[in-house]
Amino acid sequence: MEKLERYEPLVEEFDAFLEACQRTLPSVVRVNTIKATPERAKAALDEEGVGWTDREWSETVLELDTDNPGSTWASYHGWIHGQEEVSAIPAEVLGPEPGEVVWDACAAPGSKTTQLSALMDDEGLVVANDNNLGRLSALRFNTERLGVTNTAVTNTDSRNFSLKPFDFDAFDKALVDVPCSCEGTIRKNPTALDDWTMDHVRSVAGVQKGILRRAVQATKEGGTVVYSTCTFAPEENEAVLDYVLGEEDCRLVEFDLGLDSRPGVTEFEGEEYDESVRKAKRFYPHHNDTGGFFCAKLEVGE
Amino acid sequence: MSDQTNPTNDGQQFDRLPATADDREVEGRATRKEVLDWWDQRFEIPPETFEEFTFWEKGKGKIWILHGDIASPLRIEALGMKFLRTRQEHWKPTTNAVQRFGREATKNVVEVTREEARRFVRGEDQELDWDGDWGYLVVSHELAGGLEPLGVGLYVHGELRSPVPKGRQRDL
Repeated sequence: MEKLERYEPLVEEFDAFLEACQRTLPSVVRVNTIKATPERAKAALDEEGVGWTDREWSETVLELDTDNPGSTWASYHGWIHGQEEVSAIPAEVLGPEPGEVVWDACAAPGSKTTQLSALMDDEGLVVANDNNLGRLSALRFNTERLGVTNTAVTNTDSRNFSLKPFDFDAFDKALVDVPCSCEGTIRKNPTALDDWTMDHVRSVAGVQKGILRRAVQATKEGGTVVYSTCTFAPEENEAVLDYVLGEEDCRLVEFDLGLDSRPGVTEFEGEEYDESVRKAKRFYPHHNDTGGFFCAKLEVGE
Repeated sequence: MSDQTNPTNDGQQFDRLPATADDREVEGRATRKEVLDWWDQRFEIPPETFEEFTFWEKGKGKIWILHGDIASPLRIEALGMKFLRTRQEHWKPTTNAVQRFGREATKNVVEVTREEARRFVRGEDQELDWDGDWGYLVVSHELAGGLEPLGVGLYVHGELRSPVPKGRQRDL
């Protein structure tokens, strides 16, 4: 936990924050609307005596009163999918529509890819890329288990992703949920911070900048790019946005979400970032009883 | 002698299935018409069900289904969902395809009890009374107000075999 002390100047009620980071997470699932309506998924859970609680901000996110949501008929049929609550944020913010062509730049293991497909009613195309071949098998397993048929899976480094295989030259929207130092997953994985170093933060920040730049370039004028991480480090969040705002044609835009959040920060440890990064949102574990998360919405073009 | 070789299946790329036998260039490749006819004849799933979908081969006999269309050929890792295994005596649908499209089936659908369903998804074979066709069946059970496909089962010699892949098996 001492590795989180550096965020004390950013986080209100810092003790409550640290305490929340030490509690286990509630068991949360997303209803996969490609295979079932929320009503039918809830009815299946009722039949098995598995209690559920709605989340106000999303019709498809449910908290279950079991530690093992995988051991339900609803899960076997692909009607529900275990997904941490904050992990359901970026696809909702991106808001893809049926028929659009969407890029998921860091897609494995596929929770967000399948959520994008569901939001699109499985119509249009989600190009799901990941640079890690091993993790692609999990992605493919999940898309097929959830009945998704509108994905194309590619295996390249997103920093120099090529549209050449495809018969279109830009995406309508892109989801950039980058590899990060994962500080926000401490409640799910208590050893998440064991290997934390400042060098690692700096090194992933470099990769994050490259991926976000490529996503802005590959998205059409007026299109939307959502950038997200599961970390608190401004070096991987606001600093990456600040850098890309300077290098590519894009701007931050406001978004609403029915979860408690704090705005992006404009200074940290002597660094200053563009004022507009305040439009990004920081999600802290003690505010909504979730993991930690960061999410920003960008529009491509001036 | 001609030095022109017949085109063969390339396991590295997705090729859209030809519409009919007349359009076929790769020997042994299933056609769109054959795939639609197979689902119609085997399960009475009407061909219109797949109107908005395209079918692709990558890997010999492995047919994939995509909602929509895209340029062919395509050298990528995966496209849509693995759907059907052809180029063998009995074509075999995937568990995931039957879960997704099997609700439309009206023929060769066997309804099992909850206990039989548990055995099926554990990957166990079981004795079962069934006076319909032998071969691949849509195995369904009642869940939340409707019949829901568990996957594809193989019925032979009074026995329902469970081809549910290891990774999809559950102890429920």
